[in-house]
Amino acid sequence: MSADVVDSRRRRFLTGAVTVVGGVGGLCTAWPFASAWQPSERARAIGAPIEIDISKLEPGAMLTEAWQGKPVWILSRTSEALDSVSALDGAVRDPDSSEEQQPDYARNRFRSRRPDILVLVGLCTHLGCSPQHVRVEQASYFGLADWRGGFFCPCHGSLFDYAGRVFKGVPAPTNLVVPPHQYLSDTVLLIGEDSREVA
Amino acid sequence: MKALLSGLLEWTDARFPLSKLWNEHVAQYFAPKNFNFWYFFGSLALLMLVLQILSGIWLAMYYKPDAEEAFRSVEFIMREVEWGWLIRYMHSTGASFFFIVVYLHMYRGVMYGSFKKPRELIWILGVLIYLCLMAEAFFGYLLPWGQMSYWGAQVIISLFGALPFIGEPLALWIRGDFVVSDATLNRFYSLHVVALPLLLLALVVAHIQALHEVGSNNPDGVEIKKKKDAAGIPMDGIPFHPYYTVKDLMGAAVCLFLFAFVLFLVPEFGGWFLEAANFEPADPLKTPEHILPVWYFTPYYAILRAIPDKLTGVIAMGAAVAIFLFLPWIDRHPVKSIRYRSLLFKFLLIFFAITFVVLGYLGTQPPTAGRAELGLRLGEAYFAFFLVLWWYSRERSAGSTWTLLAVLAIVFAVVDAIRWDPDKAALMALSALLPLIYFGLFLVGPLVSPRLNASREVPERVT
Repeated sequence: MSADVVDSRRRRFLTGAVTVVGGVGGLCTAWPFASAWQPSERARAIGAPIEIDISKLEPGAMLTEAWQGKPVWILSRTSEALDSVSALDGAVRDPDSSEEQQPDYARNRFRSRRPDILVLVGLCTHLGCSPQHVRVEQASYFGLADWRGGFFCPCHGSLFDYAGRVFKGVPAPTNLVVPPHQYLSDTVLLIGEDSREVA
Repeated sequence: MKALLSGLLEWTDARFPLSKLWNEHVAQYFAPKNFNFWYFFGSLALLMLVLQILSGIWLAMYYKPDAEEAFRSVEFIMREVEWGWLIRYMHSTGASFFFIVVYLHMYRGVMYGSFKKPRELIWILGVLIYLCLMAEAFFGYLLPWGQMSYWGAQVIISLFGALPFIGEPLALWIRGDFVVSDATLNRFYSLHVVALPLLLLALVVAHIQALHEVGSNNPDGVEIKKKKDAAGIPMDGIPFHPYYTVKDLMGAAVCLFLFAFVLFLVPEFGGWFLEAANFEPADPLKTPEHILPVWYFTPYYAILRAIPDKLTGVIAMGAAVAIFLFLPWIDRHPVKSIRYRSLLFKFLLIFFAITFVVLGYLGTQPPTAGRAELGLRLGEAYFAFFLVLWWYSRERSAGSTWTLLAVLAIVFAVVDAIRWDPDKAALMALSALLPLIYFGLFLVGPLVSPRLNASREVPERVT
């Protein structure tokens, strides 16, 4: 080929080919940088189950424990609290727990394995604040009929009943999450695992 | 000596365009002669940027980006590093001052139409700087690892979780953990001290470069380049140096005076610049009673909070910020400056400022039914401002205005029907007065009296 003739078709093809190959290379290089933002192996391993002794939990009292770095509530419900749950079916958004916010064994009236004990991840389904426990005697401050306490998120005003069900007309879209859990005995609760053999 | 210096300059100019840059951007950059008070804020923003970078570099010398150490290292800076308290407060107060200056700078642009042709790109680059600053402030606020740092970050990152399908994986990817943790703190530190400052500086250079390419606007909104003298110099232009360098020095002196006053006497500004809850170490199990962002984010936060639906709230909040990017194509009225625009336009702009401030206040208050309702109506007014701006861009017939009003009535009725709550009927009816008065004044007003929305004649040259 003579040196002074420019084959522009060939040049365009080569430019295109180099751009494509270079672009693919660039994208491949971006991959490790983007992946480096994923949770590390260590962060993934930390989600181990925790055991909690609930023998000293008085009726009406609540424990907060950390699991996967999140607050988990263990609340002992009184009969008054359970009655209030039944009365609120009309006021909550998802009364029958049809959204996947709980394991199957908690898809029931009181969203729990045992009616007296409620286990919830204590993070609002709106933007992840930790709601406050509102006791029966504080509930009247909110001026809602039939509400006998439950949880109130101070960040954006979402309201939940004593089964962690979200009210209509508040920013949180879904009920609070029930984590996988099981009872190892009457007084020992395991959070983070629900299929361990109990001797 | 003088010969030596000029020789050195000559030597340099042959190798680097030093004199050329100086002349293009300072000594022979002709700016309109009628700049007023509002034109201080551009140079003041630059001053605040320099102060933030300087104090930030010094803070990084002692700060430890580690969830175990971060809170303590900030207290260490405050109590044990010589003058550490001053440098830390300079940085935290400086952030608020930066935003005050930037908000005033932006408002100036809206008042005098500085975003209009041919300055659209200056404006867009400016909005990108603003977005970059918001990110910078957000990342920075996590670093002290106090209660408000922690839960503020938790809330803001969860905003991404509201997006359909990709939301949750995206939030996980940003945090690098299932909750805000050491991994999050460390990457935010890296972004705060390296990535965003680099981006910010690049954007600032581009912003100024674009400005110097087309030339500055002025309070009359008149193009000074249209009237040039025989030498090709705008007749209403004066060289930036020494005229505006000296003027800006005076502005800087007053600004630094106010800055020093806050810095030395009320550095936390009663909880507005640094929130009390942030003097408690982060506790992942307990949200503080009232969690709220710093004041410069609260107008958007109030919009988010007022909407009782997660995804809609997040979209509205994002749109409230992003809409500024489109301002050059929303307000296309040929008259630039507020001086020659109609009475209604002046009201519109004042009302927007009030909306922004009241929303900002609501965002700092604990949510109640009344405040949420007011927040929602003001959120509507926030977006209505842009709608009316667009409507005012050219002459509109009475028929088309009535059509718009009918469409608006339907939209508002549908929104209120969706969020209808019998318990709040009276409140909703009362608050509906706000949009009624708003559109009554700004859309029906010009129909009743066209004089209200008549622009005045723009002079040939600056006044």
